[in-house]
Amino acid sequence: MQAIEDKNGVKRFVITLNVNGDSYTKVVKANMTLANFLRDELDLTGTKKGCELGDCGACTVLLDGKPIDSCMMLAVYADGRKITTIEGVAQNEKMDKLQESFAENAAVQCGYCTPGMVLSAKALLTSNPHPTELDVREAIAGNLCRCTGYVNIVKAVLAAADEA
Amino acid sequence: MSENYAVIGKSVPRIDAFDKLTGRAKYTGDLKFPNMLVGKLLTSPYAHARILSIDTSEAEKLPGVKAIITHKDVPSMKYGLSPARWDETIFCIDKVRFYGDKVAAVAAIDEETVQKALKLIKVDYEVLPAVFDPFEAMKEGAPQIFEEYPRNINTEIHHHFGDVEKAFKEAYYVRTDRFEGQRTYQCPIEPHASIAFWSGKRVTVYSAIQSVHYLQHYLARVFDMKEGDVRVLKTHIGGGFGGKLDPSGLDFAAVALSQKTGRPVKMFFDREDMFFNGRGRHPITMEVTSGVTKEGKLLGVHCNFVMEGGAYTGLGVASAYYAGSLLTVLYDFENYKFDMLRAVTNLPPNGAQRGHGQPQPRYAFESHLDNIAKELGIDPIEIRLINARRPGTVTLNGYNVDSYGLVEALEKARDISGWQEKKGKLPSGRGIGVGNGGFVSGAGYAIYRTDLPHSVAVIKVTDDGTSAILYVGAVEIGQGSDTVLCQMAAEAMGYRYEDMKIVAADTDLAAHDFGAYASRQTLMSGWAVKRAGGEVKKFILETAADLMKVNPEELDCRDGIVFVKANPEVTKTFAEVARTYFVNGGQLIGRGFYKPPKLGGPHKGSAVGTSPAYSCATQVSEVEIDEETGEVKVLGAWDVHDCGMVINPALLHGQVHGAFYMGMGETIWEEVLFDKNGKLLNGNLAEYRLPTALDMPPVTSELVDTVDPNAPWGVKEVGEGATTPTLGCISNAIFDAIGVQIKSLPISYEKIWHALKEKKEKEKSES
Repeated sequence: MQAIEDKNGVKRFVITLNVNGDSYTKVVKANMTLANFLRDELDLTGTKKGCELGDCGACTVLLDGKPIDSCMMLAVYADGRKITTIEGVAQNEKMDKLQESFAENAAVQCGYCTPGMVLSAKALLTSNPHPTELDVREAIAGNLCRCTGYVNIVKAVLAAADEA
Repeated sequence: MSENYAVIGKSVPRIDAFDKLTGRAKYTGDLKFPNMLVGKLLTSPYAHARILSIDTSEAEKLPGVKAIITHKDVPSMKYGLSPARWDETIFCIDKVRFYGDKVAAVAAIDEETVQKALKLIKVDYEVLPAVFDPFEAMKEGAPQIFEEYPRNINTEIHHHFGDVEKAFKEAYYVRTDRFEGQRTYQCPIEPHASIAFWSGKRVTVYSAIQSVHYLQHYLARVFDMKEGDVRVLKTHIGGGFGGKLDPSGLDFAAVALSQKTGRPVKMFFDREDMFFNGRGRHPITMEVTSGVTKEGKLLGVHCNFVMEGGAYTGLGVASAYYAGSLLTVLYDFENYKFDMLRAVTNLPPNGAQRGHGQPQPRYAFESHLDNIAKELGIDPIEIRLINARRPGTVTLNGYNVDSYGLVEALEKARDISGWQEKKGKLPSGRGIGVGNGGFVSGAGYAIYRTDLPHSVAVIKVTDDGTSAILYVGAVEIGQGSDTVLCQMAAEAMGYRYEDMKIVAADTDLAAHDFGAYASRQTLMSGWAVKRAGGEVKKFILETAADLMKVNPEELDCRDGIVFVKANPEVTKTFAEVARTYFVNGGQLIGRGFYKPPKLGGPHKGSAVGTSPAYSCATQVSEVEIDEETGEVKVLGAWDVHDCGMVINPALLHGQVHGAFYMGMGETIWEEVLFDKNGKLLNGNLAEYRLPTALDMPPVTSELVDTVDPNAPWGVKEVGEGATTPTLGCISNAIFDAIGVQIKSLPISYEKIWHALKEKKEKEKSES
């Protein structure tokens, strides 16, 4: 990885990430998390920060299709990888069927866990298009929601799967 | 609910669903302004210490640091949410009172520089003896935390209605139980953030706050500004649950730092800060004594409570009153004594959390009631039916309760949960329990003394009549107020929900409202919106009458269509009528406001607990205990709520799910812990255990059909009331499953394991 050293000896690395289908090349410090990279460098603030310890799942993004806590990964480790954030799920003002299902099933309240929740559920439905209720609960167990008791979220994911 | 409404009573999708689902919804921490700085608070590393000196010189030399402020740089005016006890300043002046208390703040070009600068500020402290337990704090000779609170007693309540001693003498059975609550936190997933910037004499503050009005009021007061020079607004808010009601140190510090630097300053709490500054639920020690007849009728009740307040008051006075005052709404009895001491300690201050002051006392009383039922051989639902308040009554402490469906809620909960087939008939390790609760639908009085209306609404129809914009001060924190208020506006106007837009919670652009607390917005903001919508409709019908050559009384408007009532085929669209109004008379605007009538009795503290309308709810839960490990699994929950007319059923049931979820967490897992020096031990979301999707049982949420005469369309609250029965109902289910009552929260696996072990040992020694 190409690095640039400033006069204080702090190294910055040139990284290239594919985010939501577009390629971005940026210079970052080694300690920048992927969550901060997305939010601060690319202004993709749909990726939320709730704890910065990997406990709440609000910062969930898809890394090569797999859900990860973007606060627990350094941006430099994502060099050359493919990232999907919540901004990359809807196409041209049209929500995908999972997002539609969240709206129809009243699975959104404050909305702060919603981006991470949608991405965890999306990864599940990609690998397992017909999950059981327990599969859904396990898939979103790392995403904390303080509003809904998960009731309508589980319902929304199962309804989206039924439609597939 | 039998009336045929066009817009209300329907589960329309949330008005903010698209933005929230696509990542477009901006929360305070997502906002960026040109030239913006980042700020952070320096907090105390001691629970109780005198500040000898603060040296910021090294930190100031750090490149990128733009301002450092301490108490010397800001007004020393005391604030707090409850004017009776203003005891907090922007930064500590003479001493710090808890580990995490506010000492200074830094603004710098980025977060990394801020963190470095915080470490370079040198504060000399003289460590003082600290006290963490309310009973210890009230002893003679305990460390004095505030000069103004002798023996650290911050609030003292002694209410006595009727004659409790006499009632106990006449009772068939008198019983005392003592329960302990714990300290929990709201834990909204969005941490608190605040951004301030100045323009001349005016400051704008974006804050994740549940009331833009109170924040504006307190900022203006502390900084000695005109309220009109302080603009407070919010974007989306990621949950509040009471934790975002008190003004936070961030808001004051952001205003001061921004003034000093002349640049926008964004401040935020990280997750651990949210525990120090979140103003969690007061732990209460609750001694409850009741006297009952042989049939289980309550004759008299004495609640003797001690509340651990933490270091400052905030909303604590109200929490203290709420803890005892609302029991009288739920159950009807003639004699009541309520004693409360709220003590300050050297722990983070407590405040309001969902159900304000009530969930722990409901847990205590509902558990106590099951003990009485067991002793008398009465079914737990039966004893509640015997004592349940009836509608159209007045409580002994002066609350008017007009609609009240508690009897129906109990009966329905019994039927839908399969209570009669399950109670006493479940296999070993399984149990079923019931709990009651409820809440105010808005507080009868504002938090500070004022004659302002509680809610105001303005509706502007756009020039061509194809949209209408609702301007309200109500605060959407996730509960759905933007959506239900737009539904209510459309219903009142005869308009379409799909064409409603909303501008909410902005002290400049929206209308006045006290905000999201005390479950007040559906009723109170709803009244203002209904009246504003009614005014728009009046203008529409008058204009249409001219166009259609009929009298306005002959017309009605529904779903955006004006029609002749006697001949509904003859119509005009709302839009064309609205445009005509605009062309001839200028902007079509409707206005409405709401101010509750004078409520409450003559006694001191009678204002807290007053409300135009009271909700109630019964919950039943079923649990399974692993008798080897003490592990609890909640198998099912049934909630029947009397929340009056329902505006949006899907959102309403979502509130019930979330309320049960939060109550379940408090019952079984949630508790913050401190070390012997008052340092927080589990300020993160792994060790402070929030329930996950795997912990949540199926929830059946049903309704009782009432219409409250004091509310717009008869609405009542749901969001907080639905959390108040949960602790008691799960506690009673666990009691039913294991035959031992655990008298402290949370009812953890460990406590259950110990209780089962003791029970086995006792059985062995007896056999």
